[in-house]
Amino acid sequence: MEHLESFRAEVKEWLEENCPPSMRTGAKVDASSATDEVWGGRNAVYKNPESKLWLDRMGAKGWTMPTVAKEYGGGGLSKEETKILNEELWSIGAKQALLSFGIWMLAPALLEYASEEQKRLHIPRIIKGEIRWCQGYSEPGSGSDLASLSTKAEDMGDHYLVNGQKVWTSYADQADWIFALVRTGPQEPKHTGISFLLIDMATEGVSTKPITLISGKSPFCETFFDNVKVPKENLVGEVNAGWTIAKALLQHERNFISNFGLAGAASGGGNDVVTLAKKHFGEEDGKIANGIFRSDVTTHKMKEHAFGLTLKRAGDEGGKASAVASMFKYYGTEHNKKRHEMMIAAMGSNGVAWDGDEYDQEEKDLTKAWLRTKGNSIEGGTSEVQLNVISKRVLGLPS
Amino acid sequence: MKLILNEEQQMLKDSAKDFAENRTPVNHFRSLRDDNDPQNWDKEVWKEMVELGWSGILIPEEFGGSDFGLAGISVIMQEIGKTLTPSPLLATAVLGASAINTFGTQEQKAEYLPKIASGEITTALAVDEESHHAPSNTLTKAELVGDEWVINGKKKFVVDGSSADVLIVLARTSGVKGENAGLTLFILNANQEGVEVIKTDMADCRNYANIVFDNVSLAKKALLGDQESGGEAIDKILDEGRIALSAEMLGNSEAAFEMTLNYLKERKQFGVLIGTFQALQHRAAEMFVEIELTKSAVMAAMQGADENNNDLQRMASLAKSIAGETLYLVSNESVQMHGGIGVTDEYDIGFYMKRARVAEVIFGGANFHQERYANLSNF
Repeated sequence: MEHLESFRAEVKEWLEENCPPSMRTGAKVDASSATDEVWGGRNAVYKNPESKLWLDRMGAKGWTMPTVAKEYGGGGLSKEETKILNEELWSIGAKQALLSFGIWMLAPALLEYASEEQKRLHIPRIIKGEIRWCQGYSEPGSGSDLASLSTKAEDMGDHYLVNGQKVWTSYADQADWIFALVRTGPQEPKHTGISFLLIDMATEGVSTKPITLISGKSPFCETFFDNVKVPKENLVGEVNAGWTIAKALLQHERNFISNFGLAGAASGGGNDVVTLAKKHFGEEDGKIANGIFRSDVTTHKMKEHAFGLTLKRAGDEGGKASAVASMFKYYGTEHNKKRHEMMIAAMGSNGVAWDGDEYDQEEKDLTKAWLRTKGNSIEGGTSEVQLNVISKRVLGLPS
Repeated sequence: MKLILNEEQQMLKDSAKDFAENRTPVNHFRSLRDDNDPQNWDKEVWKEMVELGWSGILIPEEFGGSDFGLAGISVIMQEIGKTLTPSPLLATAVLGASAINTFGTQEQKAEYLPKIASGEITTALAVDEESHHAPSNTLTKAELVGDEWVINGKKKFVVDGSSADVLIVLARTSGVKGENAGLTLFILNANQEGVEVIKTDMADCRNYANIVFDNVSLAKKALLGDQESGGEAIDKILDEGRIALSAEMLGNSEAAFEMTLNYLKERKQFGVLIGTFQALQHRAAEMFVEIELTKSAVMAAMQGADENNNDLQRMASLAKSIAGETLYLVSNESVQMHGGIGVTDEYDIGFYMKRARVAEVIFGGANFHQERYANLSNF
């Protein structure tokens, strides 16, 4: 305990000296905050120089991945120390120093499956935000049936030759490297002919093209591989054993996406469905004036309440949550879709505004946000895939 | 507040699970029903529950109880709910004990609580008078005539009403129908002159009665809590009952779901196990999710009640509403997935459907609690 107290004091002192003032604005989310996000990488542009400073300092301490061992550039902190660090960051309203698929998805997989050399090479660069990663999983012909993927990596003796196309590669146009699933065993059964390959996107033959969604611009891209030469040491794990790594990684992704349902709900303010309904339907005795809509709102909010309690319970139970990651992914995204449907319904014609000056920016943004949620129950494994996972892995129903 | 059981609560749950599985599996309920047991619950079983200390869980130690709290009794309700075990736990150990312990005078506590803890008496709470739960619609009238209260009126759908020794009655001492103000609680013996208990048979084969009060004269000390404070008092008593009942309904859902899952894993049609059909798998997965949400709502409500969470009303309504909707879904789907045998009396799954609909009506269905939650949340 004494040790933890002195650790807290150290953290406080360090943050006081090192967290730049403009990085202490709290977790406030507004229209400008998306452009202030720091994702790092070779091509990063820092609108605010202090955000670069903050990243460099946190990266040097290894505190962007506090629990990772120091030998890989991490903070080398225990769980208790990490908790203290997070509390102190929270208490000064520190902005997240680095947003990164490397941190959320790749590094945990590398720690579990990669060789010592690979860990020492890639993890420190992720932690310092030097390299920005994207994920190359889905293909035009392989969506839910991911294991049918056909991007091939041929063994050419001293390198792999990669040919094919990936789709839904988020931020591929800004990423430096891609972790991709490739087919190395074309004769093997589909799950056992896949390998996990790290590819530098600066290599000749790699190109990207952004995808426009029903909601407008998106971070998603198509990524093409045309005779791309990849060094053999970039293969993670055994040849043809990539599916295991892919599955582990998907768990991390699902845990991440399932928070969508509540993240928005908690932010409240003008985007709360009750506030919107009172504004647009009007109030009678302090109640939403349209009784039918009020009833829909109520059942929706009660489900949201129960879902929030379920996330908390999973946390309190500790560890068991991963067994039901699919449940959270399924429910969180379906709920988020419903929440947005209710918000635009509450707003009437203002809820379907698209462009021009007659409607508020907030209203126009919400129309697009509503459309964007339609992807939540598709990306990271569709709702139907999650229900399959629950029925087979959790309920033990036969195949 | 942590949404997990503490050691004490876990031990109570384990002990109740063991009791339900070994002493009162569903066949226990079936034989009570087949024998047309006039009381609808087994005295011997109740005696054993009392010996396990369950009747005294909401009663302080000084009156012979263990004071383990609402979460303690709720986890027991959940476990015995799995095997549809009928018992006076809800009406006596939750509603009766809580009402007297929270609102009774020292004298009333000393008179009744030790007898509840020891199993000497059972109680019933007489609230409703119409087909829908609505305490504020109470018309049963209590008038002060000289030194005595005189009660007239008719109560309906009183849980354990025909077996109870002691009745707690919500009556109107002033105001009009629809008002919460002007309500007062009374406590009296069921065999008091002028009390007519009419046993009613409901779909779940448990103990219920309609009760007529015809010029029932009561001494002033029959007042439970302050005069005119019944509106608030009944809310708190009912909320505790609603949470415990939600736990029982959660147990009903869990058991019906498990029976159905087992059936999906053993029943073959078209040469394969029906559990391989995606049309059934996805519906099973949906039920699993709803049950998980219900567990959380019930857990938060019962733990919150014990920590004197000031959100008791909203949490009780959340728990009862979600537990009711989940049980509605699970009881219907369970029968459907069992196919033909699901609608036979010989098979147990239909019992869960019958219990589900009756439990839904007790102390307010999902609609009642959604309306209440909405009002409390300023929607």
